[in-house]
Amino acid sequence: MTARRWPYLVPVAVFALMAAAFYGGLGIDATVLPSALIDEPAPQFDLPPLPGHEHGFTTEDLKGHVSLVNTFASWCAPCRAEHPVLNALAQRKRVPIYGIDYKDKEEAASAWLGELGDPYDRIGADSGRVGIDWGVYGVPETFVIDRAGRIRYKHVGPLSQQDVDRTILPLVAKLER
Amino acid sequence: MNRVLLICAMLACAALSAAPAYAVRPDEMLRDPALEARAREVGKELRCLVCRNQSVDDSDADLAHDLRVLVRERIAAGDTNAEALQYIRARYGDYVLLRPPFQADTLLLWGGPALLLLAAAIAALLFYRGRRVAPVPKPLSAEEQRRLRLLLDGGTEPRATKLRGTER
Repeated sequence: MTARRWPYLVPVAVFALMAAAFYGGLGIDATVLPSALIDEPAPQFDLPPLPGHEHGFTTEDLKGHVSLVNTFASWCAPCRAEHPVLNALAQRKRVPIYGIDYKDKEEAASAWLGELGDPYDRIGADSGRVGIDWGVYGVPETFVIDRAGRIRYKHVGPLSQQDVDRTILPLVAKLER
Repeated sequence: MNRVLLICAMLACAALSAAPAYAVRPDEMLRDPALEARAREVGKELRCLVCRNQSVDDSDADLAHDLRVLVRERIAAGDTNAEALQYIRARYGDYVLLRPPFQADTLLLWGGPALLLLAAAIAALLFYRGRRVAPVPKPLSAEEQRRLRLLLDGGTEPRATKLRGTER
């Protein structure tokens, strides 16, 4: 009789497996998509400067050093929330921050930077096409670029101080080694 | 009766004439109807990454508009439908395809229904086989045969051999 009892454990085992899978799934943020461009070279682009800035931003700027590329726009509320974190990071002069001003009005972007401060080493104004080449589907997004100009990491959504301290800066240090 | 027929006819007309509400704007469309038709085919396969459960052809999002324009540019430049899809997929990954490709990491997705069917078949097989080997009752013993014959013949059992029962 005891030998016949094991089939009754099958539903229990199936339930336990499903419960474990769903519990694991709770920690996944489904709104964040993985980038298809990780470990790929950054796309080729040559973006014009914002008015009043000397330089635009091109693929060449990424060569030879580790850097961050941040997409932002003056119309983007989470970018406003993220901005103080970027300003603080820029003050530490730890790593260059490049900006892609995504689908923005140039005057609005200039006014925005004048009001909140400009943490960017270079800014390029993008009508949206370069953003697509980077796989951008919403601003802000931040990429970590290695010395060879390859995309090594993508953060979707506003960076918090914790993201910078625990993820971005350790990765920058690792890539510089 | 006529009124019911009329209402049915009107509903049928409404259902047949309801074209899908495309978000494609006239200014995006290609001049060549054949190329535009191909662009629509590609657009139907592409997920809008802002709204997630709509194709770029159905979505009013800004990014969907940009992707529609990009697809039309690729097609006008001579890309096949597959090349235009691949162009977008290279930038946004497999998730941008509304129809998941059949590859190593989607084996479970595509094979899942077949696996479930197989599991159900095995379970059913085990269940019915387990039934068939239910114990066959043992043949009656000589004593039981004797009692059965006695009862069937309408006789009464002698008290001494009665197994159960109450004294009256």
